[in-house]
Amino acid sequence: MTLPLYSRPVAARVAIIDYGMGNIWSVQNALVEVGAVSEVIQHPDQLKGFDKIILPGVGAFGDAMRLLRQDGMDQALGEKVRQGVPTLGVCLGMQLMCKSSTEGGLNQGLGWIDADVVALEPAPGIKLPHMGWNAVTFTRDIPFIHGIPSGTDFYFVHSFHVVCHQASDVLGTCQHGQTFTAMFARDNLFAAQCHPEKSQRGGLQLVKNFVEMP
Amino acid sequence: MLKKRLIAVLIIRDGAVVQSVRFKHTNSIHYDPVHAIECFNKWAVDEIVILNVSRDASSREGFADVVKRICRKCFVPLAVGGWITDADFARSLLNAGADKLVLNTAFADNPPLVEALSSRFGRQCIVASMDVKRDENGTPLVIVDRAQRSTGKSPVEWAKHAVELGAGEIFFNSVDHDGARRGYDLESLRQVCAAVDVPVIAFGGVFQWKHLVEGIEAGAEAVAAANIFHYTEHATIKAKKHLTEAGVRVRTGTFT
Repeated sequence: MTLPLYSRPVAARVAIIDYGMGNIWSVQNALVEVGAVSEVIQHPDQLKGFDKIILPGVGAFGDAMRLLRQDGMDQALGEKVRQGVPTLGVCLGMQLMCKSSTEGGLNQGLGWIDADVVALEPAPGIKLPHMGWNAVTFTRDIPFIHGIPSGTDFYFVHSFHVVCHQASDVLGTCQHGQTFTAMFARDNLFAAQCHPEKSQRGGLQLVKNFVEMP
Repeated sequence: MLKKRLIAVLIIRDGAVVQSVRFKHTNSIHYDPVHAIECFNKWAVDEIVILNVSRDASSREGFADVVKRICRKCFVPLAVGGWITDADFARSLLNAGADKLVLNTAFADNPPLVEALSSRFGRQCIVASMDVKRDENGTPLVIVDRAQRSTGKSPVEWAKHAVELGAGEIFFNSVDHDGARRGYDLESLRQVCAAVDVPVIAFGGVFQWKHLVEGIEAGAEAVAAANIFHYTEHATIKAKKHLTEAGVRVRTGTFT
């Protein structure tokens, strides 16, 4: 049965943060696919009236932090996170949420979560960067991952990984020479090292869950 | 554990998907590239490579437009190439939604461009496409510029050179095996896989599913094909079934 128009839930408005690094259009295409209304945001003063925030990113940690600080986007985002706006970090976006990264020397991050970023360790037979499809094992169950079986393959491209200091923040792990945190979630913060926007069914379900959660 | 990848390749000439046989494109496959992508999405292909093999550079704008349309429905990684001769065009392909740039002739004619793109977008963004062709003595050599100019270099030398310039992945193709239906050029493929640390994608010549297994056994991290995927219903699902039965770990499950 189709609900009358007025009683349908209003679609969430999602802000995609564009600080000049990464493939924001793939993220927007995934949001269109799951029926979300999204806007690409380049300046902190445009950050009003959104229900959700996605922080994407591909590239070097230090460069990304510099670009975020340049026009105060780091402060504006931090304010939204403190207000409780659900925020999803993807790939480099996940890493930026942490306190620091050792990529290209020690760099301070946004510090929203008690975690740091370090390099994946080389091991015999292990190719770096970690690139391709790999299984994510969920360590707990929250609405963000509903409908996605533990062990689902997601697409990864990265050489650094997040180390959560609070084990309870970890949501999913992945194996590549070592076990590392593939997803974390705490309060209104959600993050994935993999690329949900490039991970077909499981990835789109994750994006959909994020968009539809209250 | 990281899975081996199955890659579908779309060969585009003047906006249409074509069949490639020893780098000649006499057969147009009569469908829209976007429709092809929608099928591959449903059939759980792991990655898509789109190559513009048009004979002149004026095809670039139309190709970027095809990439943009494809990206709206492509929820797997997408690598694109053909006529990437400057950084602005490379950026326009990435802005259109591509994840990786496939470069071939640039490794011979414009190494500084390769180095600049690799340092700007990262090694994982740069795929070195190399075409191998045997000369009259049967010696495999790398040939560039749509298979028109020999570099005089062996596949191993060329692959190492490509990685030094900043390639994060090798896309291995053989002019002799392209569309020839007898599987990959395994001898050269094996040598290239052994010579470099970066992942190698095997391409050129797949006509039976066992050819994919042979590519993995030769050391490839990913196996690619083009023609066979267009002419077989649910082709990538069947291909994965065969790979799984042969003991190759691949991602399974379909999109819908």
